[in-house]
Amino acid sequence: MLIFEQSQPGRRNYSQAPLAKAEVKDIPAKLRRTKRPLLPEVSEMQAVRHYTQLSQKNFSIDTQFYPLGSCTMKYNPRACNKLAMLPGLLGRHPHAPESTGQGFLACMYELQEMLKDVTGMKACSLTPLAGAQGEFAGVAMIRAYHDSRNDTARTEILVPDAAHGTNPATAVMCGYSVREIPTNAEGDVDVEALKAAVGPQTAGLMLTNPSTLGVFERRITEIAKIVHDAGGLLYYDGANLNAILGRVKPGDMGFDVIHMNLHKTFSTPHGGGGPGAGPVAANERLAPFLPVPIVGKVQDKYLWETEKTRPQTIGRLSANMGNAGVLLRAYVYARLLGREGMHRVAEYSTLNANYIMAELAKRGFDMAFPKRRATHEFVLTFKRLKDETGVSAMDVAKRLLDKGFHAPTTYFPMLVPECHLIEPTETEAREELDRFIAAMEEIVKEVRTNPDTVKGAPHTLPVKRLDDVRAARELDLVWKPAA
Amino acid sequence: MPFVPHTEADVKAMLAAIGVKSIDQLFEEIPAALRAGKLTQVPEGLSEMEVARLMSTRAQQDGTYINFLGAGAYEHHIPAAVWEIVTRGEFYTAYTPYQAEASQGTLQLLYEYQTMMASLTGMDVSNASLYDGASGLAEAVLMAVRAHKKSRRVLMPKTVHPIYRKVVHAIVKNQAIELIEVAYDARGGHTSLDALKSHAGGDYAALVIPQPNFFGVLEDADELTDWAHANHMLAVALVNPTSLALLKAPGEWGAKGADIAVGEGQPLGVPLSSGGPYFGFMSCKEALVRQMPGRIIGATVDKDGKRGYTLTLQAREQHIRRSKATSNICTNQGLMVTAATIYMALVGPEGLERAAAASHANTNALVEKLTAIKGVARIFDRPVFHEAVLRFDAPAADTLRALEAQGILGGYDLADHYPELGQAVLVCATETRTAEDIQQYAFHLERVVSKRRLDPPCAVKVT
Repeated sequence: MLIFEQSQPGRRNYSQAPLAKAEVKDIPAKLRRTKRPLLPEVSEMQAVRHYTQLSQKNFSIDTQFYPLGSCTMKYNPRACNKLAMLPGLLGRHPHAPESTGQGFLACMYELQEMLKDVTGMKACSLTPLAGAQGEFAGVAMIRAYHDSRNDTARTEILVPDAAHGTNPATAVMCGYSVREIPTNAEGDVDVEALKAAVGPQTAGLMLTNPSTLGVFERRITEIAKIVHDAGGLLYYDGANLNAILGRVKPGDMGFDVIHMNLHKTFSTPHGGGGPGAGPVAANERLAPFLPVPIVGKVQDKYLWETEKTRPQTIGRLSANMGNAGVLLRAYVYARLLGREGMHRVAEYSTLNANYIMAELAKRGFDMAFPKRRATHEFVLTFKRLKDETGVSAMDVAKRLLDKGFHAPTTYFPMLVPECHLIEPTETEAREELDRFIAAMEEIVKEVRTNPDTVKGAPHTLPVKRLDDVRAARELDLVWKPAA
Repeated sequence: MPFVPHTEADVKAMLAAIGVKSIDQLFEEIPAALRAGKLTQVPEGLSEMEVARLMSTRAQQDGTYINFLGAGAYEHHIPAAVWEIVTRGEFYTAYTPYQAEASQGTLQLLYEYQTMMASLTGMDVSNASLYDGASGLAEAVLMAVRAHKKSRRVLMPKTVHPIYRKVVHAIVKNQAIELIEVAYDARGGHTSLDALKSHAGGDYAALVIPQPNFFGVLEDADELTDWAHANHMLAVALVNPTSLALLKAPGEWGAKGADIAVGEGQPLGVPLSSGGPYFGFMSCKEALVRQMPGRIIGATVDKDGKRGYTLTLQAREQHIRRSKATSNICTNQGLMVTAATIYMALVGPEGLERAAAASHANTNALVEKLTAIKGVARIFDRPVFHEAVLRFDAPAADTLRALEAQGILGGYDLADHYPELGQAVLVCATETRTAEDIQQYAFHLERVVSKRRLDPPCAVKVT
């Protein structure tokens, strides 16, 4: 039932509004609202019960193993939430002067320093509000760099065909055309094709490493040289930074600018789809173009560096300084983890992924790149199963839900047919991985004995398989009261 | 190790299962030259107790101030239940609802949110949110240009939040979209039809109409909307959601209503938190829905005919359309929208109206008290909503600093963005300010402006 269907005219929560109703006399009638908005009129308890019950219809990290590839669904420590919501931090107004925010700014400054270290970059801006905005910042910086040199013939961004959809979409938002670079059979960028594609029109290359195929791009140093020799720059999509955190620094691979997804690598909550945080870091060449504001430090005082002191900046991407509350959570996480803990992230996320891959391979599952090591994630394909039984990767994913696991990412990367992208993260214990492996094996057995059970999954969730086609064809985006 | 559950026995058994000798061996495909040394700027790890101590010290250091700042972020009462529920793990640690059957909680909530926002703005449809108000306005400008098809120029009044204007510029400039400033009326602080005259019949895709505008001043939204439509451009409404409990919804502006409504959702249950995370809302006329960026939730049925909710119109989005998507936006601000939905359910239409009316009345009371002081005057003579511009006969920055020393954040200094206004400050008093707070502000401001030095405006707290 929707909250609106529980609504009764005249019901309200006396504790949740000013007791006296202030009269408004100075706003002209022609500017006033005459019809009340359709907001629920329910008691506090009804609202609490309704939304608590809704929450119980969700899978989440706190309740289920969530091996959603490329999303890094690791444990979100509760301390990060609690400490980011301390009154002095939570109530601070974004335009409050720097002098009233030295504690907050100290956290942000130290976070910048830590992110510079783990990425091997020279400077960092925390302001992008999400990964896609961090990507935008990175490519806009590449463009601002070329523009600053009057190198305006560079109109093209190169993107591997395995890239996330945000990469080409971002390049277009920055006014570039996109050229795709093919991937070879082993999952690496086709270097010969790259050589043929670069030229005076190349503004840069957007690359995720490890790639979305769950493998490390082995010829990265050579790739960087090819792009740099052509006058282009390299942007690192930090989607998969968890795989190399504390192990390899993107700056050392030859990247000029990088964005990070703190909601992945630094364990801030995904919140049902945001808020994220997508800080950008850059080497010396691109540092002047970073978005503002950035936290600076003069003697012992923290301050905002803005357009005034950073005239070459690409500008501002949000009304304020960024997703401060998310950044605070990331800061707390980094302090809990510490240096040694950070080195362990790549090691144990990689161990977990390789373990599941090895165990599933032993049980006859097909890996997309069987000769490669898994990184923090890997791709398997159900193409053979589909050809033989008609049961798809999506059917298997839905059946996993019945068994109490969130499904892996399905049908991405697009290069691998009928695929699952599986990312367990470092925070899962071996027993949980074993349960997942067993569930996958059970499902494949079910396909052989009772395929309809799998095809008809899920059976145990609040709804059965939903009609997506109808949702798009007969648009119903807002509830309307019965006439 | 923090948050890594592996025992030595686990590691041994797992390595054996994989068939390698060490964890290092799993990284053998990475060229040795790329192997990073030790991290030098990351300190040793701390226990939760130690980090809690550090954070408490820092939070206390930032103290609490009596806040009269608005300028796009507003301190409103947030019912205790809002964040108790929002931070339940099932909302807090879920991701984008790609697996609809396992995400009905988030999906139904977003559908309810879309319904509330569409109604509040008087529009047909809403998306599931954007990053914030400023980037949301940039997306609205891009959307208007896509929908208009012919023009890549947009009229942007100077009464739009100055930082929003910067953000829009930073986001759209690389797509050869031009923002044309429209001057404001010096007396009223609004965008007059006179100022638009020279643009009549021009090549523009849209006019942005802020209501209330950055100065708190109410624009002639009906006339501006009609003017935009008469001149073949879209009307993009930039609105404060709290104000919509009192003010006419954008969908009802003028003869045909605004085409797109967008704004900052923070006032609906989201804490100030130094500027984020907040969320941007966007709603529009049904005809434009396929041009709308961001996640959209639709109702449908499952295979037994039972009602359910799912992500829809995904063909607009980057993960399907790649370089031809409406935007590169991937996530929405799910958790913030969860807060806003619960907030709206708890306060209801009456509560939202009371919060809006009380905020407005408090600001009126504040303005009355402060302008009774010699050397403090209102700049604009038009009606406002819960925010107003005052001029001080003393340097604004120094005055605000002196107030800060007394624990008062006295408002937003307009010197950087509107130097022509002189020593001007934008003030706001929401329903959370008491009569005593307002009295304190008046007391200290009088002391500072009158240059009485008996109680010096220094870092000594006067009680």
